[in-house]
Amino acid sequence: MELDIIEEKDLKMGKANQEVFAETLEGLAAADRDIIAVTSDSRGSGKLVPFGRKFPSQIVEVGIAEQNLVGVAAGLASAGKKAFAVSPACFLTARSLEQIKNDIAYSDNPVTLVGISAGVSYGALGTTHHSLHDFAVLRAINNMMIVAPADNFETEQAVRFAAALNKPVYLRFGKKAMPFLNESNQEFEFGKGRIVREGDDLTIIATGETVYPAWQAAKLLEDTHGVRATVVSMHTVKPLDTELLDTIISGGKPIITVEEHMVNGGLGEACASHLFQKGARNPFQLIGIPDEYTVTGSQVEIFNHYGISQEGIANQAKVLLKINQ
Amino acid sequence: MTDRELKLKSVLLRKNLLKYIYKAKAGHTGGSLSCIDILNVLYNRVLKVDPANFRTPDRDRYIQSKGHSVEALFVTLADRGFFPESDLETLCQYQSHYIGHPTRKVNGVEQNTGALGHGLPICVGEAIAAKLDNKEHRIFTLLGDGELPEGSNWEAILSAAHYKLDNLYAVLDNNKQQITGSNSEVMNTDSVREKLEAFGWAVREVDGHNLEELEAALNNGPFEKGKPNFIIAHTTKGKGVSYMEGVIKWHHGVPSAEQFELAQKELDEAGALI
Repeated sequence: MELDIIEEKDLKMGKANQEVFAETLEGLAAADRDIIAVTSDSRGSGKLVPFGRKFPSQIVEVGIAEQNLVGVAAGLASAGKKAFAVSPACFLTARSLEQIKNDIAYSDNPVTLVGISAGVSYGALGTTHHSLHDFAVLRAINNMMIVAPADNFETEQAVRFAAALNKPVYLRFGKKAMPFLNESNQEFEFGKGRIVREGDDLTIIATGETVYPAWQAAKLLEDTHGVRATVVSMHTVKPLDTELLDTIISGGKPIITVEEHMVNGGLGEACASHLFQKGARNPFQLIGIPDEYTVTGSQVEIFNHYGISQEGIANQAKVLLKINQ
Repeated sequence: MTDRELKLKSVLLRKNLLKYIYKAKAGHTGGSLSCIDILNVLYNRVLKVDPANFRTPDRDRYIQSKGHSVEALFVTLADRGFFPESDLETLCQYQSHYIGHPTRKVNGVEQNTGALGHGLPICVGEAIAAKLDNKEHRIFTLLGDGELPEGSNWEAILSAAHYKLDNLYAVLDNNKQQITGSNSEVMNTDSVREKLEAFGWAVREVDGHNLEELEAALNNGPFEKGKPNFIIAHTTKGKGVSYMEGVIKWHHGVPSAEQFELAQKELDEAGALI
């Protein structure tokens, strides 16, 4: 049975973030011939087929060769091009990790690395196609920004910011349609968490496609128990918004982190490290994919299995708040 | 610079690179000596680069894929005026930018290299960008033969032919040895010419210590319109120092005081014959 977490009627449904990425890049490329997409037989999954048709001289295909993908992008960037290297996150951040470390980050070539179908987006295709390590490995590399937008608004903003940044950045997108989490279109800035729901009883810090189930959990808690949670889209995993974390500490209310990533080395551990060093004593729970052979199934089934869901996150909140079922 | 002066320059650069390896008590000696003639010709006869204004967009690019032969690159750049030679007194010292592999902290260095199999893919990107912008500058890389088994090289070799990058020049420092032994023992990379031609490159072979042959190859491209250029430079590891030539331990061996003096003496004698 295909479970679907997207049943929320209160939010306006959008598109898959990687579709919005491609549309935004197309708009930018029309006005700037230095925008170049570099693909590894990935223009279909990257939704870049229309881009390739419209701007054939602004797309460089390297075939299924991810090391070359990143090296070529480094060379293009070094020559002044705004290179977007687009490949499934699982290959981009593993097969070509040394090129990311040396040719992009260490040499400071301003490439935007675009990891598509990230996390467990590929579901039943299995672990070869999952990227549950990318936050961890990229966090350990100097001069690498990591951004996982939650919704279409953040996606569009992130792509525009990346094009103007002139620094290495990793953008991580999934392929599931995402609702608009906040229609006020509050300002977006790399390195600044975006509050998509406000409350005083606890804080849920999530990133990428897990912000939506975090939002749903907050709504459930409010509807069923009158508990009001703040939900943060921590789209920038590195550098982490430590100022925001410092404000969350005060009051000592529970903190939950949620991510589509292994619990080792991702958003949760990054937050925990900062919070602990600041002397935080808030009840804390990290939700992610555990360090085990990942359960098989669709993205939603994997999410539900590991509690990255409305119910799962709400239940963890109740444990921390000592609320009986 | 006359041809004779260029030959004398090779001797001077050999003496210098040994001097700084000896001082630092570290370095990749054999490979630096095998590629120094290539660098001498590149920087004194081929590359359009301006030490005082290095990052001009239309400069020729030289990316040293075999980053470990950095001492050869540093003494060549210093000699061309990219930085004072005295900077090399700090080679491999605490907080020095002159470390055991090229970094962009040093004026004249295009890319941070050192991990092998990285130079050629970056050059492909540079060469595509130059073609897109209708620029005339050329892109050069120096590969070690020991790094040829890196798969990323072959990904780049395929793509350079696919994009008809005849503005790209890969020079192979074919000294036929690597840290463990001969290339043929470690991983056979014979028939490089046939391999590259089969991949769609135009290939030339030169004596990598013959400055005229190197210059003729490097300045007379593209060898075939629409094909990337590959130059197999046949070299000798440790070239110019009798006891180092073809001896594996000098891959990263550092000479003793007596060995250093002997090397300088041999090079002075070679210079006197030019």
